Amino acid sequence: MSLPTYRQLPLSMKLFAYGFVAIWCLIAAFPILWVAVISFKLPIDSFDHNPLVVLLGPNTVAAGKGISVFDLVMFIGLVWALFRVLKSKFMIWGRHSGFAAFPLLGWASVSLGFMLLIVVTLFMVLPGISAFVNPNLGFLGQGIIGFTLEHYEAIWVEREFYRNFINSMVVTFGVVTISLTIGTLAGYGLARSGTKLAFWLLVVALVFRALPHSVLVAGYMPVFINSAEILAPIFGDAAPTFYGQPLAVIAVLVAINQPFTIWMLRSFFQNIPVELDESARVDGCNHIQAFRHVIMPVMWPGVITTGLFSFLLAYNDFLVTSLLLDMQNQTMVPAIANFFNMETTSTDQVQAVAAAVSIIAPLFVLVMVFQRQIVSGLTAVAVKG
Amino acid sequence: MKFKTFAWFVGPSLLMMLLFILAPLISVFWQSFNLTQPVMQTQMVETCTPGFITQICVTEEKTIPVLDDEGNMVTTTTFVGFDVYRELLQPEKAWQKITAGDWRGLLLIDFWGALRFTLTFTFITLPLVIGLGLGLAVAVNSLVKSLRGSVIFITLLPFIITPVIGALSIKWLFIGDGILTAALEWWLDKDIAMFAEAWTIEFLMLFYRVWHAAPFAFVVFYAGLQTINSDSLESAVIDGASRLQQLWYIVIPHLMPLIVFVSLIHLMDAYRVFEEIVGFSSQSHVISLQWLTYEFLVPDQAGNRSVSRASASAMLTMIGIIFLLIYPLRKTWKQYYGGNS
Repeated sequence: MSLPTYRQLPLSMKLFAYGFVAIWCLIAAFPILWVAVISFKLPIDSFDHNPLVVLLGPNTVAAGKGISVFDLVMFIGLVWALFRVLKSKFMIWGRHSGFAAFPLLGWASVSLGFMLLIVVTLFMVLPGISAFVNPNLGFLGQGIIGFTLEHYEAIWVEREFYRNFINSMVVTFGVVTISLTIGTLAGYGLARSGTKLAFWLLVVALVFRALPHSVLVAGYMPVFINSAEILAPIFGDAAPTFYGQPLAVIAVLVAINQPFTIWMLRSFFQNIPVELDESARVDGCNHIQAFRHVIMPVMWPGVITTGLFSFLLAYNDFLVTSLLLDMQNQTMVPAIANFFNMETTSTDQVQAVAAAVSIIAPLFVLVMVFQRQIVSGLTAVAVKG
Repeated sequence: MKFKTFAWFVGPSLLMMLLFILAPLISVFWQSFNLTQPVMQTQMVETCTPGFITQICVTEEKTIPVLDDEGNMVTTTTFVGFDVYRELLQPEKAWQKITAGDWRGLLLIDFWGALRFTLTFTFITLPLVIGLGLGLAVAVNSLVKSLRGSVIFITLLPFIITPVIGALSIKWLFIGDGILTAALEWWLDKDIAMFAEAWTIEFLMLFYRVWHAAPFAFVVFYAGLQTINSDSLESAVIDGASRLQQLWYIVIPHLMPLIVFVSLIHLMDAYRVFEEIVGFSSQSHVISLQWLTYEFLVPDQAGNRSVSRASASAMLTMIGIIFLLIYPLRKTWKQYYGGNS
């Protein structure tokens, strides 16, 4: 549908708008892309002051770590194909993955499977194919752009970053499942109850959202460290020390996340017509049955969107995890902060960059697959809240 | 819905919030007036060093912590009133600096410096984020439809990315002779060290925050633009309104509730500024209020955490956010509910 002529912008304004958006896109994407480029080069190329050197990595090529035109084409093609499949099939696979009652578990396992697939293709299948094909291709098979995965190997294998990855997964999975479970119930209750109490609960939640997290952590700290002593009268010798435990951090992050979660889910539930549960109640269901049989089947779009934001909060958190987890249970983001505090040589620096890129790569995929849900989530709270 | 059913639905969530938000608030309040310290005792200690003919022995008084049977330090908690706050705020020294007009000296006290940075950070980024978000929303709205999806995708990246890593990725562009520092040096023809001075770091932190927060404003405003009533725009055109006038008299009033909403969220988030300090490692130049609390909570070399001081600074941080939000919240309140009651 094109706009009527009087609504169309004159050429000069159009050019201005396009230019403005183009510059913004450059600023928005550049730091992220650049960091990704750096992580594939030898340190000598990574921090060169000439951007062309960083991009092409002549020293990396000279060290025999280059990729050819063929590799590049193959790589781009594969990534594109994977994204295509992921975008169109992700939802369906998640739902039919055998965890019918727990779709979250299904989606989580599908995402993990995909990550594994990508890592295997990138580190095993692709190098294998190119070792076989490149020598027979002449010019197209020669390395022209510096590209090395050694920093990733160093970080993930030698420095055991996979431990932090597992910890991150445990924390995020726990936070998303628990906060969605209790948040959905609360959101539904708040959406269907027009009482003053419900309204005041929402206001209090808004106030809680404004609290700086350090305030809360200052409250947990002494209690968590001494929890074994405090709980000893009740549990005896089995009293747990909460400090350093992933479960304690999950509980904390769930609570911090609750205000936002219930606001968002409430606005989604308000969009589901009340007539739907009313008709179920006419047929003899009570509220909980109505929720179970009528609302649950149609609430998934809202729940997925809210789940995305819970995931982001738990995955991106630095403050809570760095203060309340011990070294052994450290998640990825605080761990990388330790990396770059220790970094001395430029190799260490590039390894820290590789770790950083490893952390944001899943987020990149997340935006690609769930762009629509993220936008709808952001607007749901704002427009209907 | 009956109250009992409502309680069943809301209960678990409410319990979590009471247990993990309200309870820590109360305990922070209590801790900030109490000081937990290891019990010390003074003892006469005789230390001898081998010397010629006779040993040289020195007897001196030493303060050592009392240990219990298991070898742990014995601690006591005493009520100290506002002492911890006084230590944090240093009112006499601060007042003396203010009366002497020595602002620089005042900001050298950790708390006041952190407060200064947090407030300037919040209020400088606020208009920039709103302005950039609005500009982007209007500009993207005038693009051809096929481009909009990709533009929104790229725009979401800075918003979705881990804040610490977003800050780091901007830092890495400038660190040492990073490409942007090199480009600036070539352009201005002088030697530049971005991380040697407080104001350049502060500038990068502001830049990072606008970069990170503008996409959120953009997405919300862009959604708002889709619901605008084309009839009112059309009649404005018939009345001969220029594009600027359309923007000012129709689009902005239409988006006003959203602008208020984004501003509120931004005030809350920018006041919490913390990840930038970690990412840009600016703690030796500028710190924020959250960082102040964080630093007290990180164990020092002896493994002690200054929980009381952290609690006091947390209380002060909280009082600050209440002051900051009370005016805009009251105003929105009156706008929505003033007509009814």
